[in-house]
Amino acid sequence: MEAKIAEIVSKYQSNPGFLVPILQDVQKAFNYLPREALQEVGTQLKVPISRIFEVATFYKAFSLTPRGRHQMHLCVGTACHVRGAAMIGDGIERVLEIKAGETTADLEFTFETVNCLGACALGPVLVVDEEYHGQMTLAKANKILNKLGKKVVSDEEED
Amino acid sequence: MSEMVTLTIDGRSAQAPAGTTILEAARGLNIDIPALCSNQELTPYGACRLCMVEITHGKRTRLVASCIYEVQEGLVVRTETERVNNVRRLVIELLLSRNPKHPRLLAIAERLGVDKSRFEVEVKGCILCGQCVRVCREVVGVSAIGFESRGTDRRISTPFNVAPVDCIACGSCAQVCPVDVIPFKEENGVRTIWKTNFELARCEKCGRYFAPMRQLAHFSRVTGLPLEHFTQTCVHCR
Ligand code: FES
Ligand code: FES
Repeated sequence: MEAKIAEIVSKYQSNPGFLVPILQDVQKAFNYLPREALQEVGTQLKVPISRIFEVATFYKAFSLTPRGRHQMHLCVGTACHVRGAAMIGDGIERVLEIKAGETTADLEFTFETVNCLGACALGPVLVVDEEYHGQMTLAKANKILNKLGKKVVSDEEED
Repeated sequence: MSEMVTLTIDGRSAQAPAGTTILEAARGLNIDIPALCSNQELTPYGACRLCMVEITHGKRTRLVASCIYEVQEGLVVRTETERVNNVRRLVIELLLSRNPKHPRLLAIAERLGVDKSRFEVEVKGCILCGQCVRVCREVVGVSAIGFESRGTDRRISTPFNVAPVDCIACGSCAQVCPVDVIPFKEENGVRTIWKTNFELARCEKCGRYFAPMRQLAHFSRVTGLPLEHFTQTCVHCR
């Protein structure tokens, strides 16, 4: 871990002004921000850990807990909401047995809601592993989950 | 010395060095502006918005936070207009919804003619003025605590919400808190702050517990003097 952090930090000339991009890279490397990694960033950048914790908890894009192998982001912005995003969200929560913002115990899926992805015309929008899926329905969401290896019980596939 | 600036506050003429804030200049005239997050020892922050005043510069009149707005030549400031008081009332109501009981807040509310908050009370205690965080960073120089999250979840915390590694138990945060919400306790040679126990050093001469070991270790680190120089006797017995 130390070496990986050193590599990232040196890419930004150990400049604390680049804390956000550094944390983005760390998250990319470890899929979340492990506590030891943040501590190491602090030591190498000579930035107090309190400061790093502030930044890491400020942005929604950062996660201090492990994230799933597959990331699902459902837009619940105004446009997507009026087109039924809430129902889709409920469905996904039911299938994965987690609440929005959580990760399944097997670390396969993380499900989160976001507010407007700027693709309102496509709403409701579901982003799965950085790929945008428009005009989402519960059935389509289930199909995607199925493809990613999550068995969805059949009665939910129908609606 | 920096250049002097002349401005008008509540109809009175004031002179202040450039770089002074309106709040400081007003205090120089004994004009009392309510303020909760400003502190002479700390960098201006502008978080609580209680210190709002109306300024007129040329043709434009607007509201600014006097604790961060610097004086300007010819500026006309009014500290108690209807508009100003409306904003302050709103602010104090919002603060009371986080902390409905603290005498300091109640006194400000009373002065503004507010007896109750219109907002649903959700007791948090902390009003997020950030003085604790700033004093720890800027004066103590250890930066043991900070803000966490944002929006309605924003709060003051120790990194990862565990015992603070950089804390020297000096207690400055608890002392500077305007609404006294940082628990601080001393008992049997132990100081408890941020849910963590810190051992106190005991004076070899008078037997009193006088300072946290961690704080003395910090002094030793900063000054380069040996630890024993600080831990043996209290200041009174030196
Ligand atoms: S509301 Fe969903 S993309 Fe804008
Ligand atoms: S004192 Fe000016 S914003 Fe708090």
